[in-house]
Amino acid sequence: MSAIDPRKELADRLGLDEVPPPRFTSTTDVVSRLRENDYLSDESIASVTFLADRLAKPVLVEGPAGTGKTALAKAVADATGARLIRLQCYEGLDESKALYEWNYRKQLLRIQAGRPDDSTAEDWHALEEDIFAEEFLLTRPLLEAIRAKEPVVLLIDEIDRVELETEALLLEILSEYQVSIPELGTVRATQIPMVFLTSNNTRELSEALKRRCLYLYVGYPDVERERDIIISRVPGISTTLAEQIARVVRSLRTVDLKKAPSVSETLDWARTLVVLGREEIGDEDAAATLHILLKYQADIEKATKELLGKGKSLA
Amino acid sequence: MLNVLGDFIAELRAAGLPISMSEHVDAGRAMTVIDMSDRAMVKATLSATLVKDGDHLPVFNTAFDVFFANRHVDDPDALFESGDDVDEDAQRDGKGAPTGMKGAGRPMGMGGGANSSLSAEELAEMLFRALLNNDNNALRQAAQEAVTRYAGMEPGRPVGGTYYLYRTLRNLDLDGLYDKLVMENATGEDDHLAERLARDEAQSRIEALKAAIEQEIRERLVEDRGAEALAKSVRKPLPEDLDVMHANRDEMAQLERALRPLSRKLAVRLARKRRHKRRGPVDLRHTVRKSLSTGGVPIDLRFKPPRPAKPEIIVIADISGSVASFARFTLLLVHAISSQFSKVRSFVFVDGLDEVTRLFEHTDDPAEAVARINAEADVIAFDGHSDYGRALLSFHERFAGEVNKRTAVLILGDARNNYHQAHAEVVADLRYRAKAVYWLNPEPQSYWNSGDSIISQYAPYCDRVIECRTLRQLEAFVGDLA
Repeated sequence: MSAIDPRKELADRLGLDEVPPPRFTSTTDVVSRLRENDYLSDESIASVTFLADRLAKPVLVEGPAGTGKTALAKAVADATGARLIRLQCYEGLDESKALYEWNYRKQLLRIQAGRPDDSTAEDWHALEEDIFAEEFLLTRPLLEAIRAKEPVVLLIDEIDRVELETEALLLEILSEYQVSIPELGTVRATQIPMVFLTSNNTRELSEALKRRCLYLYVGYPDVERERDIIISRVPGISTTLAEQIARVVRSLRTVDLKKAPSVSETLDWARTLVVLGREEIGDEDAAATLHILLKYQADIEKATKELLGKGKSLA
Repeated sequence: MLNVLGDFIAELRAAGLPISMSEHVDAGRAMTVIDMSDRAMVKATLSATLVKDGDHLPVFNTAFDVFFANRHVDDPDALFESGDDVDEDAQRDGKGAPTGMKGAGRPMGMGGGANSSLSAEELAEMLFRALLNNDNNALRQAAQEAVTRYAGMEPGRPVGGTYYLYRTLRNLDLDGLYDKLVMENATGEDDHLAERLARDEAQSRIEALKAAIEQEIRERLVEDRGAEALAKSVRKPLPEDLDVMHANRDEMAQLERALRPLSRKLAVRLARKRRHKRRGPVDLRHTVRKSLSTGGVPIDLRFKPPRPAKPEIIVIADISGSVASFARFTLLLVHAISSQFSKVRSFVFVDGLDEVTRLFEHTDDPAEAVARINAEADVIAFDGHSDYGRALLSFHERFAGEVNKRTAVLILGDARNNYHQAHAEVVADLRYRAKAVYWLNPEPQSYWNSGDSIISQYAPYCDRVIECRTLRQLEAFVGDLA
């Protein structure tokens, strides 16, 4: 089987002079460089990141809120020394906010400034070409990522918030790394950006989008990884305490709650316990600080009952 | 070339995963840039390129374990060779495998392993040590021993391994192991939290042991019967395709887990649909006024905002044993998206009828309300066998006045009336009063009207009678309704 290098193929299509070197040499390289940036990956995260780089494909990261989906993109950007360009999605996001927009005020000024009283048809044609030049283009995150000369990581955050129709805007970028602007032609990427899309899975994404991406599911970490995350992110915490926190959180996640504690909430809780100077968690401490982990009164009551075996609520 | 990958994808598709041609190609190309001797990497690669939905991962994992169990990927060519050769390769490689842990090449059912001299007590001790030290290698070894000793596997039998798993686990006294683990981990203090943590830790290790045993059994079965045949036996449908009426306890738990995101997505979709359907009828007054600016020519049509035509829903559900789970799921789903309806009222019956709307009113967790239905609803008037006629009659007497032209009436049940009177005229009158009457039947259509099922007597008076056996069908129906 002849080895095709997807990066080379893409570089040829984009018309790049040379193939940008891969960012990572192996999955172990991914793990260690992300770790240097305080991001603890697991096997699947590291493998998919490595693949995304090698295959020059975007990654769709899905999973519960607060499990480090956005942090992954940031960590990759830091680890590779790339600039992070972020597009925060929301309902109602459109082309002019995501892709590009003509700076019509500036265009108007240009038209008024260059209009002598005896203007002819030729002048108008010249002018028309002039006002649809790059000078009058306002680049938005997606186009910015494509046009960047330096290496970039593009993060399209919470893609599930935009409407189905808006999703289609992304398809050209995700598969071809180019943007077509009717008045200007096609803008091709001058490097191969790394693209991460995150989704909280509040709605089904379109098949077309999923097909173009590698898929990574980031669930809650297991006890060992969560302990390591706590140790690396919370300075001055003891291993025993971190281990205990990780276990409490695991137990909480088995209880049927409205909103299970996320990793970021776990970290908040760990920081609180460190500030309080605790070396280990007893029933009382847990009851008194549970509201940091859980955000619903019903959840707090349920957890208090389940974990501490008491009907009382202390919050 | 790429035969195994092709077979693997065929299996995933058979299990219901939507895998497109281009994803197949992607997987093949991805294989060229990775180190194929690394099983974990192969797994991550295939899952990233082929599975695009977190809910599909369990199905993928099972299929992967079957297909890539003993085909030693450390020989990269093996992955791409045709099926016949691979089995031999696998056996040969298995014997020389450096880990020496797999039972590859060992005859099935003979029970003659390297450590077969272990007594039952020694094995139990070995398991306990492995669990206590959380030592994965030792755990696998112990699992292998346990399977050899207890599973009594017979070659050639077309089974999926559930029975072998059961046999092995029955002999292992997991409850005893669990208790011992809790004892070892307990701090001795009277601390609730610490105790709970110790129990959860023990539980998770026991689960790991079960998984190791299951994997061991599966690997041996693959050797015996080949991946394709086994994959077919262990294939499980996706949660949304499970038959609600015949789900076992594990499947029930899966269904419950699947339902929450399902209803959330449905609610989001419906809310969006409502918001974006902006066109009511033409607003003549506004259009004429607008046309003044264009010299009286109505260039720009103006529309009235759409009336939020949210339907009212009345659910009448049979909650007798046979269809109880189906009724529960439907009630859950309808109430979970109750914001999409202007009013939801729920009634449940067996041979008497009771309104349960109040249970849903005082809680924001429909699951809790559904759980309370069984205890609190007063549904047994006579002998506790479903009586549709009596229940419908009773509904008509007490609540017919509540049904109006905005109401959609949903009747849930298999219409197995235990040879009581049908009282179909009640449904006829409800239809006359209501916007629509729908009957959701959780039985397969081929069973309708067999035995004491009298669905055909009600059917003429319903707008639609719908076979509704899976969450997917249920979701589609409820989505249309709102």
